Amino acid sequence: MRDQETVKLQGAAAIRHTPATALLAPGERPDPSLLHVLWPKYLTARARSLTDERGRGARFAILGVFGFLFWAFIFGVLYRLLAYFRGVQEIGQLLAGKLLGLILIGFFSILLLSNVITALSSFFLAKDLDLLVSGPVDWLKVYGAKLLETIVHSSWMVVLMAVPMFAAYGIAYEGGFWFPLVAIAVMVPLLVIPGVIGSAVTLILVNVFPARRTRDILSVIAVLTAGGIVLLFRIVRPERLARPEGFRSLVDFVTVLRTPTSPLLPSEWAQHATMSWLQFKLDYLPFYLLWSTAAAAVVLGALLHRSLYLKGFSKAQESAERWARSGLMHRASMSLLRPLGILRRELVLKEIRLFFRDTTQWSQLILLAVLVIVYVFNIKYLTLGAEGVTMFLRNIVPFLNLVLAGFVLASIAARFIFPAVSLEGRTLWLLRSSPMSMRDLLWAKFWVGTLPLMLLAVGIVGVTNYMLDVSVFIFSVSLLTIVFMTFAVAGLAIGFGTTFPQFETENAAQIPTSFGGLLFMMSAIAVIAGVVILEARPVVTYLRGKTFGEPPDPLAMVVGFSAAGILCLAATIIPIRVALRRLENVER
Amino acid sequence: MIRLIQLSKKYGDFTAVDGIDLDVPQGELFGFLGPNGAGKTTTLRIIAGILRPTSGTVQIGGIDVSQDPIAAKMKLGFIPDRPFIYEKLTGAEFLRFVAGLYDQEGPTIEHRARELMALFDLEEWRDELVESYSHGMRQKLIISSAFVHRPEVIVVDEPMVGLDPKAARILKDLFREYTRRGHTIMMSTHTLEVAESLCDRIAIIQTGRIRAEGTMAELRQHAAGGGGGLEDIFLKLTGENAARELVDVLDA
Repeated sequence: MRDQETVKLQGAAAIRHTPATALLAPGERPDPSLLHVLWPKYLTARARSLTDERGRGARFAILGVFGFLFWAFIFGVLYRLLAYFRGVQEIGQLLAGKLLGLILIGFFSILLLSNVITALSSFFLAKDLDLLVSGPVDWLKVYGAKLLETIVHSSWMVVLMAVPMFAAYGIAYEGGFWFPLVAIAVMVPLLVIPGVIGSAVTLILVNVFPARRTRDILSVIAVLTAGGIVLLFRIVRPERLARPEGFRSLVDFVTVLRTPTSPLLPSEWAQHATMSWLQFKLDYLPFYLLWSTAAAAVVLGALLHRSLYLKGFSKAQESAERWARSGLMHRASMSLLRPLGILRRELVLKEIRLFFRDTTQWSQLILLAVLVIVYVFNIKYLTLGAEGVTMFLRNIVPFLNLVLAGFVLASIAARFIFPAVSLEGRTLWLLRSSPMSMRDLLWAKFWVGTLPLMLLAVGIVGVTNYMLDVSVFIFSVSLLTIVFMTFAVAGLAIGFGTTFPQFETENAAQIPTSFGGLLFMMSAIAVIAGVVILEARPVVTYLRGKTFGEPPDPLAMVVGFSAAGILCLAATIIPIRVALRRLENVER
Repeated sequence: MIRLIQLSKKYGDFTAVDGIDLDVPQGELFGFLGPNGAGKTTTLRIIAGILRPTSGTVQIGGIDVSQDPIAAKMKLGFIPDRPFIYEKLTGAEFLRFVAGLYDQEGPTIEHRARELMALFDLEEWRDELVESYSHGMRQKLIISSAFVHRPEVIVVDEPMVGLDPKAARILKDLFREYTRRGHTIMMSTHTLEVAESLCDRIAIIQTGRIRAEGTMAELRQHAAGGGGGLEDIFLKLTGENAARELVDVLDA
């Protein structure tokens, strides 16, 4: 045994002791290939896929089913629409092309934004950069490897969405056997161009601001842009376009359709390339434009990288000065939270400070504001006050609207409450070694998340009920329901967030998109639906009674409302109990 | 003050800690040595209540950590080897937060926090977010946080990692003074000189088991070498031959 070990050691030493330079000819410099630089990424991905983790099979199965359903949904909707377009003379193909152009420009914008953000991590903040930059690796190889990493990380979701989309176009327009290759030929440069532009923008930003400050700026820009797009889309009220009286004449409409969105946009070339193949009028120009632009972009990006990267990388190691002095706010919150006692007060203060000092967290409040505006906007344009709308309908719709409000709550809880325990990951040692019970920690996180959520929930339901002019009964029922729902949704968020933690993730915004986040959303929606179904009978009985003069059934009301209340309380307490057991068994 | 009774920890089939019995009396500075992967950090994290033992008992001041963790942890301060702390708190806020976990606040805590930060040259950084601290500064802040609530027992994993010579010297003096006042410290370290000059007693752990335990004189006797420093004793007990082979390998 001893001899075997010695032999092994000697063998390993013989390999390791061979100086790297001995393999090179005199004067030759080491030049690791691009593949060699990328090799650890492949090994990491392989190791991750081979990890024997508990519940891994079930997780993949659920994700697979959801992925398939999502694909089937996109394909189904698009295929039906395209089949309809095909039947429309003259403008059918124009509409299909216009739709493709819109989708592709959407993809292009998303890719541009996500590449800018991903490039910051992969080019400037990744943990392997110290090794690559200090090693004898050619700058071009670093650029190639990091560009590829950026493109893969920021584009996989768009690629997954593009598959059913191209499939629908290919099948609806009988693209034939070679159409998948055409789609690939269109998509590859469409992924590369925003990758290069995004990396270049980040490179320039990092040379101007410190990387950590750039990350903050980018987070805010990303959220503002996403919020702006959603808001703009909603405020233009696209549903009005479906009304025929909106068009002055068919000629105007066709003229608008024929005009390209912008002839200089790569997404427009991709649209032309795809449609030219599908219409059997193959035009090579858009293909040339796409590929030559992508190639030129890579070359220009590499040149920019050569001249700015090292300076930017060096700047990225500097951190911005960040001071925080205890001021008026601190004193006010101290006295406000004094009744909680020292431990709970310090926990709550810590939660608030961490949230408002972390740009990746507070910037999501912008998305929240957008969500609320869109919600209130939708309610405002509901035409329930119109002639012919009965009192029954005017009250039942706001009641059903609780589902939508519940969904908004669940989305907010996924963003703000679900990640709460995961974000403690690296500092769990401190809490575990202190005399604080995990129960205190979980309930502190629950209340810190629940109270603002409840204020918001009561606010939006109250305002929308007022706008809809509902009866006192529905007003009270919906307010009480949303309060109970808030507890349930927050309890589920804490429960699932603790049971499926993402302790290694540094970016809070990524945590809700995990498997646990998906399960949380599914459970929250199930509970919301359950509550509305349980309350439906007593509400309908009451409204029918009011409308037709029938007496309400007190038993149905007691049973329905009690069952809904019990469901909410169970959804609050049980997940937190499960989470407590899980957290007490976490070993970090 | 710290008592380990038949303490074991298994990760699947791998036994990290294998039936350790240990008694560290009050006022002692106890050193825990061993090669990488010997089970030092696992043992210390079990004592701190972060990991649960597979079997066996940990008592702090006579309180069983698994029976009454809150009471046991009230007596304890833990300094980990990796300085992960809240990046978005300032140094002063972090110390205040840690004191709050032990239900302590007020002018005494503020005074102690200031004193500790001054001791480790962190005064100018007290209102700056931890994210801008260097590795060593974070380590100093964590050390300060373990002292801010004045625990009876301090458990330290690799205290000297990342510290500059001045801070290392201050820490040694602080440890000495703290134990002189009747408090207990248990620390693991790879810096054998530190262990030799600082610790009242030392235990050497290998593959999860205590190979030797006692004062320096007792360890010398145990290693049957008669003389020599802690390094020689350590290598004799934990595999001197392997170290010699490595030297041969590098010279080959």
